[in-house]
Amino acid sequence: MAWVWFHRFGSPPHFYRLARRLAPWFGWPAAILCLAGLIGGLGLAPPDYQQGDGFRIIYVHAPSAWLSLMVYVVMATSAAVGLIWRMNVAHAVAASCAPIGASFTALALATGMLYGRPMWGTYWEWDPRLTSELLLLFLYLGYMALRSAIDDVARADRASAVLAIVGVVDVPIIHYSVIWWNSLHQAPTVMKFGRPSMPASMLVPLLLMLAGFTCYFGALLLTRARGEILRRERNAHWISAALEEG
Amino acid sequence: MGGYARYVWPSYGLTAVVVGLNIFWARRSLRQAQREARRRLAANKVAGAS
Amino acid sequence: MSESRVGFIAAAASLMGRDLRLALRRAGDSLLPVGFFIVVTTLYPLALDPSLSSLRDIAPAALWVGALLSSLLALDLLFRDDAQDGALEQLALCGQSFAGLLLAKTAVHWLLTGLPLVLVGPLIAITLGAPYAAMAGILAALLLGTVALSLIGAVGAGLTLSLRRNGPLLALLVLPLAIPVLIFGARATALAVQGEAIAAPLYLLAAIAVLFATLSPWALAAAVRIGLE
Repeated sequence: MAWVWFHRFGSPPHFYRLARRLAPWFGWPAAILCLAGLIGGLGLAPPDYQQGDGFRIIYVHAPSAWLSLMVYVVMATSAAVGLIWRMNVAHAVAASCAPIGASFTALALATGMLYGRPMWGTYWEWDPRLTSELLLLFLYLGYMALRSAIDDVARADRASAVLAIVGVVDVPIIHYSVIWWNSLHQAPTVMKFGRPSMPASMLVPLLLMLAGFTCYFGALLLTRARGEILRRERNAHWISAALEEG
Repeated sequence: MGGYARYVWPSYGLTAVVVGLNIFWARRSLRQAQREARRRLAANKVAGAS
Repeated sequence: MSESRVGFIAAAASLMGRDLRLALRRAGDSLLPVGFFIVVTTLYPLALDPSLSSLRDIAPAALWVGALLSSLLALDLLFRDDAQDGALEQLALCGQSFAGLLLAKTAVHWLLTGLPLVLVGPLIAITLGAPYAAMAGILAALLLGTVALSLIGAVGAGLTLSLRRNGPLLALLVLPLAIPVLIFGARATALAVQGEAIAAPLYLLAAIAVLFATLSPWALAAAVRIGLE
């Protein structure tokens, strides 16, 4: 039964239409969740004992960082699916992920730096989180550079899929090695997000923002993927009818 | 904001910019793909008819 | 694909022998990476205070950054010629395990370009202030590290096979993936220079080499096949 769904979802015309209908169901919840999160995070949550109001950056930094990592995993997974089952829809999803993931990785770095400045005194420290985010940005940029260097879309799909799969296997190793390296050299002045010890008034808005950003990514992905499918299904019969529908 | 304002608000501002840009880019990417597809279909029709 | 009457070991051996013979005819090409390595590591004393005590501190970094960059440069020798004259396609079609043959090519490539780094590296370390007692540890670290670099670099080379002038792209692809090798290799070297036990980072380096060795057969074959289309 699951296979029927899998193959239907993988059918380009079905996906194209479904994505159009589904996108608002991700978009509006995203807006509501983020609004609630912002009200809670900026208005309702009390200032932190140690970090004052500066901790509020976490309400945009943590979702960005979460997105940067989650999107890479989605990208690698859909690339693998596309490679194994030769599914254009999956490749379209992977291609859509890259610019989104890269921009949020950059945002995570920028907000991380702005978070760090009042806490450490400098804009940049080679702490494990920032360093890992920087390396993740390089991985995204490499993926996008490889894609754009190969002219044929199908070949670019497959080559970048191999790269993404190798990358996603390496990411935990890179992350672990960075943490290991950092523990040798830095005094423990790492940013403490103190998740377990966060009171509910601080934690709930954070969870709302994380959920909101995730829904937002869903909406973005569905929109982009529709365009990417069109680029891959050049002369298919279903396109003219689908374009009429918008 | 207890003196942290000049770090907090730019963070939120940057986030808003990135969020907005991504929405804009996603929509634009779709529109461009749709435009190209329409152009290709029209060209095929002409080629097929002639 | 026809059922081949030649066993895989024999096929791989003949491939490796052929690669070695071809490379030795143009030995200069194979020696370029290690020459680059020597030049690059020489830059550090010239750019800094050349007293051996201060060089000792940066010796691990200089050694490993140099090793990473040299192995990147060397990747051009791995597949390019065979891709251009169609030999790589023949390997894909000959009925033997393509992944196995590509690994065999990578092994020869390491022998020609990685092993010289392993042998020269400890000597360079001496010139950068490392004590003689550190040489064995540095050699071990470079041995594991260059093998890991060859494996992950080969995947990058396969992915960029059909692209012209792809040096910077290859660097952008391979260097982030090779960061763990840099971290553990440099750490092992630093510990060796200080005279301390290097088992921990060495084990981690070995684990990475094993992981890359496990992953690369699939990735190499997939990447080169795509590149040959």
